[in-house]
Amino acid sequence: MWKRHEKFERHSLILVLGIIIVVSIGGLVEISPLFYLESTIEKVEGVRPYTPLEQAGRDIYVREGCYVCHSQMIRPLRDEVERYGHYSLAAESMYDHPFQWGSKRTGPDLARVGGKYSDSWHHDHLTDPRSVVPESNMPPYKFLAETDLDYRAIEQRLSTLTAVGVPYTKAQIANAAADLEQQVDPYAGETSALKKRYGAKVQQRDFDGDPQRLTEMDALIAYLQVLGTMVDFRTYKAEDPENLR
Amino acid sequence: MTQAAARSDDAPFDALALYTFTGIAALLALLATAFTKDPAFRFHGYVMLVGFLIAFLTMTVGLGSGRFRSDPTRYADGVIRAGVIATMFWAVAGLLAGVVIAAQLSWPTIFYFPDLPWLNFGRLRPLHTSAVIFAFGGNALIATSFYVVQRTCKARLAGGAWPWFVFWGYQLFIVLAATGYLAGITQSREYAEPEWYVDIWLTIVWVAYLLVFLGTIWKRKEPHIYVANWFYLAFIVTIAILHLVNNAAVPVGLLEAKSYSAFAGVQDALIQWWYGHNAVGFFLTAGFLAMMYYFVPKRVERPVYSYRLSIVHFWSLIFIYIWAGPHHLHYTALPQWTQTLGMTFSIMLWMPSWGGMINGLMTLSGAWDKLRTDPVVRMMVVAIAFYGMATFEGPLMSIRAVNSLSHYTDWGIGHVHSGALGWVGFISFGAIYCMVPWLWKKDRLYSNQLVEWHFWIATTGILLYIAAMWVSGIMEGLMWREYTPQGYLANAFVETVAAKHVENIVRTVGGLMYLAGAVIMSFNLWRTIRMPSPANAGAQAAGVPALMAAE
Repeated sequence: MWKRHEKFERHSLILVLGIIIVVSIGGLVEISPLFYLESTIEKVEGVRPYTPLEQAGRDIYVREGCYVCHSQMIRPLRDEVERYGHYSLAAESMYDHPFQWGSKRTGPDLARVGGKYSDSWHHDHLTDPRSVVPESNMPPYKFLAETDLDYRAIEQRLSTLTAVGVPYTKAQIANAAADLEQQVDPYAGETSALKKRYGAKVQQRDFDGDPQRLTEMDALIAYLQVLGTMVDFRTYKAEDPENLR
Repeated sequence: MTQAAARSDDAPFDALALYTFTGIAALLALLATAFTKDPAFRFHGYVMLVGFLIAFLTMTVGLGSGRFRSDPTRYADGVIRAGVIATMFWAVAGLLAGVVIAAQLSWPTIFYFPDLPWLNFGRLRPLHTSAVIFAFGGNALIATSFYVVQRTCKARLAGGAWPWFVFWGYQLFIVLAATGYLAGITQSREYAEPEWYVDIWLTIVWVAYLLVFLGTIWKRKEPHIYVANWFYLAFIVTIAILHLVNNAAVPVGLLEAKSYSAFAGVQDALIQWWYGHNAVGFFLTAGFLAMMYYFVPKRVERPVYSYRLSIVHFWSLIFIYIWAGPHHLHYTALPQWTQTLGMTFSIMLWMPSWGGMINGLMTLSGAWDKLRTDPVVRMMVVAIAFYGMATFEGPLMSIRAVNSLSHYTDWGIGHVHSGALGWVGFISFGAIYCMVPWLWKKDRLYSNQLVEWHFWIATTGILLYIAAMWVSGIMEGLMWREYTPQGYLANAFVETVAAKHVENIVRTVGGLMYLAGAVIMSFNLWRTIRMPSPANAGAQAAGVPALMAAE
C-alpha cells in the first residue's frame, strides 16, 4: 500500500492535483449549502438596506477597524441576551458587505447599540472615551468631528452594493447624495423624500451636534444609532419550527 | 565574466521578460495615479509607481552590465540571503508593532494620540498581525522554501531572475498592505485586510512563486519529491485557493481603493473564517512543518523518524484542517449543522497534529544530547512542543461549551500567540540560525551564548504572555456571565476591562522580552555574516562543485 504513494512523490502535477482535491472537499460541503438552503436566513420584517449616510458611516467603521475590538453578534446565551438584547439573527446582516460580526470583545458588543445612548454621548465618547468611561482603553476619534464627510462617490458605492446583491432601487441610487444630505437636515420633516424611500423609522437629525457641517462623526453616529433596530421583534416568533435551525 | 558576455543583447530571456513587465507595470501605475479621483488610491498609486520605477531602473543598469546571467551549476542563494535579512527586519518591525498596541491597551492615556488617527489601535492591530504573519512568516517561508527545494532537488531555482521578482514583489505587497492599514484602506477581513488591487498584485506574485517552486521540482535530479516539499506545495496551492475565494469583491471603481465583498452576512462570515482558520492551517502550519521536516533532521543529522507517519500526517492534516473554520462562529447566526461539523473536524484535527509533532520530536532519537549542547536544536524542539500544546488547546477551545466561555476573550489571543510566538517564531528562528552560516559560508554562528540568551529571554516572554492571557481571558469570560444572588448580571462590561489591567501589563512585558530576543538574534546574525570565512570557502568558489547532496 505504501508503495502506491510513490505516484505522488514522483509526479509533481499528480501531487498538486491530489492536494487540490483533498483541500476542496471540506469547503464545498460546508459553504455551498449556505447559498441554497432556505433555512439559512430567517424571514423577518423590517431589515432594509442602509441609507447613504448610514452606509458612509459603516465605511468609516470598517476603515477605523472597529471590528477588531467590537463584535456585532449576540449569542443566544442568558447573560448576553440580558446584557445586549435579543440574540442576533442571520437576517440582520444579510445586506452587510462585508459582515462585521467580529471575533473579539475588547469593548462591548455593538449589534444592538442603536438607541441605547444619546447622540451627544456618542459624540463625547468617540471624541475622548475616558471623559465618559474612565476605565476605557478605547482610542480617541476626535478627528471624526473635524473631518468633512467625503461622499463624492456615494452613488457609485450604492450601485456597487447593488451589483453584489443589496436591493437598492434606481431612485435610491440616483438620489444618494441628496438623501445623504437630507438625513442630517433637522428641518427635513416627516414627509421627506428620504423617509419615503427608506421608511418612516429612518432617523433624521443632526447627529454630531454641529449643524453647520456634515462630518464623518455625523455618518458614524447615524450608523451606530441604526444598529440592531431594524427587526420588529414583536412579529418575530423565535420558537416557530421554521426559525429553529 | 568576460566583457563580451556582459553585453545586453544576449541577456537571458527571463530577465528581459521581467524587464518588460516592470516597465508596463510602472506605466500602469503612472496612469492610475494620474487619473484617479480617490486620494487613498492615489497614495497607493505613488507607492507602486516608486516601487516599479526603482525596479525598472535597477534592471536597466543590471542588464546593461550583464548581471542576471545565472550559472546552472550553482544554487541561487542570493535571493535566499535577501530573504533572511527581510525576515529579521519584518520580525523586529512586526513584534514592535505588537508591543506598541499592547502598551496602548495597558496605558491608553500615554500611547494614544488624538491628532494622529493612523496610530490608533484599530489601524495598528492589522498592521501587527499582517507584519508578523505575512511579512515575517511569509518571508521566512519563501526563503526557506527556496533553500530546501534546491537542496532536496539538487537543482538551481527555476526562472532565472523571477525568484527575485517573487522576493521584491512580495515586499511591495507588504508595503502596500502596511501603508494601507495606516491610511485606513482595508476590507476588514481579518488577516486578509488589503484591498482588491493589492490582492490582485499578490495573486500575480503568488503564481510566479508557484511556478518557480514547481519549475525547480521539474528540474530535480532526485526521483522522489522530498516530504518538506509536499508541505510547501500544499501551503502554496491552498493559500492561492483561499486567497482567491475569500477576496472576491467588486471595486467601487477601477480607480477607487474601496471595494465591497461579493458575499454578505452569514455566508461572508463562514467564507472569511474558512479562510482565516486555514491561513493558520496552511500558512502558519503546513509551511512551517515543511521547515521542521528539513531543518530538524539536517541539524541533528538523523533521518525523519517515520516515512509512513509523514504520509499519514500530510494527507490527514490537509484534509481535516479545511473543515475547521466554523468553530470560530459557535453560537452565532451560522446554522448549527455547520457549527457542529466544524467542531467535529476540529477535534479530529488533534490526531494528525500530534502525529506530526511526534514525527518531529522522535527524529531526535539517538541525538537527544544535542538539546543540552546545541541551543538551536533546543529552540526547534521547544517550537515543536509549543506546536503540540497549541494544537491540543485548539481542539479543546473548539468544543461548543468551552467556546461559549473562551470566545471573544483574551484566551483566543493567548492561544494564537502560543502558536505564533512558540511554534512559528521559534521554528523560523531555528531554521535561520541553521541557514545563515550555511548561506554565508561560515563554519559557525558568531556566538552560541547569545543564542542561549535569545532562547531563555524569548521563552520566558512567551510564558508570561500566554499565562497573562489565560488568566485575563478566563476571568473576563467568567465575569461576563456572573450573576448576583438576586439574579442580576454582576458586572458592567467596563468592570471587566478594568480588571484586566495587570494582565495587560504582563502581556506587554512578555512581548517586549520576545522582541528583545529577536533584536539579540539580529545582532548575532549580523556579526556572523561579518565574520571572516574559513579558508576552504575560497577553494569552493574556485571550482569545487557547488551542487552537493542535501541528504
